Amino acid sequence: MIDSIKSFMGWFFVTGDPMIYGADASIALVSIGIVAVLTYFKKWKWLWEEWLTTVDHKRIGIMYIIAALLMLFRGGIDALMMRAQLTLPNMHFLDAEHYNQVFTTHGTIMIIFVAMPFIFGLMNIAVPLQIGARDVAYPFLNALSFWFFFVGAMLFNLSFVIGGSPDAGWSSYAPYAGAELNPGVGQNYYLIGVQISGIGSLATGINFLVTILKMRAPGMTLFKMPMFTWSVLITSVIVVFAFPAFTVALALMTIDRLFGAHFFTIAAGGSPMLWANLFWFWGHPEVYIVLLPVFGIFSEVIATFAHKTLFGYAVMVWSMIAISVLSFITWLHHFFTMGNTAPVNAFFSISTMLIAIPTGVKIFNWLFTLNKGRIQFTTPMLWALAFIPNFTIGGVTGVMLAMAPADYQYHNSYFLVAHFHSTLIAGTVFGIFCGLHYWWPKMFGYLLDERKGKWSFWIFMISFNVCFMPMYFLGLMGMTRRMYTYPAGLGWTPINVVMTIGAVGMGVGFALMAWNIIWSAFYGKKDTTGDPWGGRTLEWVTASPAPEYNFAHIPEVSTRDAFTAMKEEKEKGLAKSSKPYEPIHMPNNTGIPVIMASFMFVAGFGFVFEWYWMGIPGLIGVIACMIARSFVYNDHHYISIDEIKRTEAATGRLS
Amino acid sequence: MKNLKTIIKPAFLLLVLPMIAGCSDKIAVLNPQGPVARSQYHLIIWSLIMMSLVLAIVLILFVYVLARFGRKNSKGFDPNDTGNRKLEIIWMIVPVVICVLLAVPTVKTLFALSHPPKATAAPAQTAGKTLTIDVTSVQWKWLFRYPGQKIETVNYVVIPAGTPVKFRLHAYDAMNAFWVPELGGQQYTMTDMPMNLWLQADKPGNYSGRSSNYSGRGFAHMTFTVMSRSADYFDSWVKDVKANKPALTHVKYMQLLEPNVLDKPQTLTFSSYPEIVAKDLNKAQMDALMAGKPIETDSMHGMDMKNDGKGGHHND
Repeated sequence: MIDSIKSFMGWFFVTGDPMIYGADASIALVSIGIVAVLTYFKKWKWLWEEWLTTVDHKRIGIMYIIAALLMLFRGGIDALMMRAQLTLPNMHFLDAEHYNQVFTTHGTIMIIFVAMPFIFGLMNIAVPLQIGARDVAYPFLNALSFWFFFVGAMLFNLSFVIGGSPDAGWSSYAPYAGAELNPGVGQNYYLIGVQISGIGSLATGINFLVTILKMRAPGMTLFKMPMFTWSVLITSVIVVFAFPAFTVALALMTIDRLFGAHFFTIAAGGSPMLWANLFWFWGHPEVYIVLLPVFGIFSEVIATFAHKTLFGYAVMVWSMIAISVLSFITWLHHFFTMGNTAPVNAFFSISTMLIAIPTGVKIFNWLFTLNKGRIQFTTPMLWALAFIPNFTIGGVTGVMLAMAPADYQYHNSYFLVAHFHSTLIAGTVFGIFCGLHYWWPKMFGYLLDERKGKWSFWIFMISFNVCFMPMYFLGLMGMTRRMYTYPAGLGWTPINVVMTIGAVGMGVGFALMAWNIIWSAFYGKKDTTGDPWGGRTLEWVTASPAPEYNFAHIPEVSTRDAFTAMKEEKEKGLAKSSKPYEPIHMPNNTGIPVIMASFMFVAGFGFVFEWYWMGIPGLIGVIACMIARSFVYNDHHYISIDEIKRTEAATGRLS
Repeated sequence: MKNLKTIIKPAFLLLVLPMIAGCSDKIAVLNPQGPVARSQYHLIIWSLIMMSLVLAIVLILFVYVLARFGRKNSKGFDPNDTGNRKLEIIWMIVPVVICVLLAVPTVKTLFALSHPPKATAAPAQTAGKTLTIDVTSVQWKWLFRYPGQKIETVNYVVIPAGTPVKFRLHAYDAMNAFWVPELGGQQYTMTDMPMNLWLQADKPGNYSGRSSNYSGRGFAHMTFTVMSRSADYFDSWVKDVKANKPALTHVKYMQLLEPNVLDKPQTLTFSSYPEIVAKDLNKAQMDALMAGKPIETDSMHGMDMKNDGKGGHHND
């Protein structure tokens, strides 16, 4: 009996590596610490009422960003571990098995649990405010999306200490990711963790699509929307069309692994190539899901700090629409080397090159927004400016990769790795840091320190180049991605040493940013005006942080850059006389999303281990929550005029 | 493209060599040793020139606007400068032109690579005009079978210089990719679709190859050497193998199919192979055979994927 328990524990918990025991201990200590602090300060009720049950888009946005920052920390540690292992030839810091798990979790976490939720967080914070709405179209669904993402991420991360991590790469190509060549629970964690969080992503796409189409302030026609809102609208459309393909692919591979089907197996007529097609049919649009919103952020920030309207607004919008359409007809360029005929590869080469046209147009429009501007070098602006040259490097190497015969030489080499980090870091990561600094005062009512912000920017940005520019040459030298070690004597060592130095520098830059966040929480400059940057769009009309109801009066819009126009009118003394307040209709908080997601977590964990006695009751719990929700009739309340007056007076806005 | 080449070389030297001076022979992709790699190299250099041009324009504009409008009290501030149809049309047309300039050679090269390169050496006696070698990736080693010579090597392959070699690519289990950067770009190896990859070496020499598609624990060790030798040497090597090397037995073959990395010696040579080797069974088919079940030979019904790579773009 004791022996069988022992052997179960040895299999259930990942054992044998001091790093894992360190992780076990730190997870236990942090959990105990959180529980102790919450209990000591009697904060359980606060946590439940203010955060866990909230349906307020601003709070959900903050929770997304906190979770994404934590995941960025984990993904970054993964990256540093890989760089440590590859610094010198024949290192023994990680063995092959661990290295394979680390690059798999690094990729999956950075894309699915950092880039997407961070962007969803910024969307949640800014979009309803930018369009003058009081919340998103479906606040309950919004909370559900967050909690599904959160439990998906937690389930995925749990694999590090319980059962073992996936090791088939974030792209998880069949047949290697199938049960035959990859037994164990690791790959199940990938399939189910990503699936659960994907349900949340799909719901977010639908939610923001409807929000932007239906809930804009009076007068705000589509072509008067702020550029970030436009980018989110287009992104939402991509999410709605792309995610189902991934949902299906994940479900089919789960069925393969759990129930012995043969969709992607070597045996019984399975087609491993089908996985690659389905994966990238989602995977390529996914790149634009995490890029278009940051294009929107850069557009806002560059216009704000150049003190000009965005140059070529209509062209900017149509470029994004063109990119979104093209993003669906380029997926095959991820596997030019899979034996397609010359005409097929030619088609996808050209369709991929075409994306460079609208993207190039956008770069020039940003440059001409700066032209004749009055450029102010704030921290968010530095991130936006650094994006232009760095992202262009990623873009032009993307065109080089698009040329199929040349791609035969770049594919899966470090040239490719350098390319997609050039786009995803200089694009998405610079963009989310830019948005974080830009909207921080709107989220919390104080600014992040500029001096520390600029230091972290310069260190991170320079280190990024130190890390990734040499990588292009390493690829041309023949080093391929996902190698856990390499022999001496190939001329690869100096470049690898330089890259590790760059990676450490990026870590320092990020740590400094974390320090800035902590420091500013205590000493940051308060934003009493609600408009710390001289903003041009409606989120800056209201107080910082915005009250629960966002706007006491829904603003009326007549032009683009609506807030700039309002400020100009005010200067001219044309400000409209104030109207009386009316009670505001708001959704009620609800605990159902977090409870439902918890059941989903239990179900997911059960299916990972193929414990159906646990998985099926978990799913029943999810369904029970849906039924319970359908019987909630009292799901809204009104904020009284008195309370609005009190809130507005507190921010000095009582008119 | 001929007159282009005269421009390409000096321009390339100016642009790139300062960065990589002294170690260009280490940069395998930029050191092509055969016609396939060379055609890809020309495409790479051409795109590098065009893209450097684009990057230069963006950087110059970027530095200009920051230097001019980034200073305090800079003159020329114009908040009404919100668009310019003419300019926008210009920077829409220029990228279109660049795309055309890149797309045309891309498509040409793509179709050219479907055919075997021109032989530059007198054909060897045993090899004929071209040589066919069957390549099978197994976790985590490379098996090379010479169907014409009936010999088998592991983790290295000898080819006659100047002769087009058709590598027929198969996978026994996981997907891998066959890549010899100095001789030409890669192709995947897959269980359900054999593909052809033409490569040719200009002169005798050793070229390192590796798997470039991740396939598990021993993936980083999945390397092999392509030994290019004179046609005469190749013939005598084949004779030597036939006379002096052991035969690949059924038992030894089954051992090779186990997932592992070979201990030293990391290369093996066999003078013959049993019939089962030539069937190119994948893991599922082999497991079925061992269990005494019927083998499914056509894994993709109706899609005619087992047509000896006719669907692959490197067909002849």
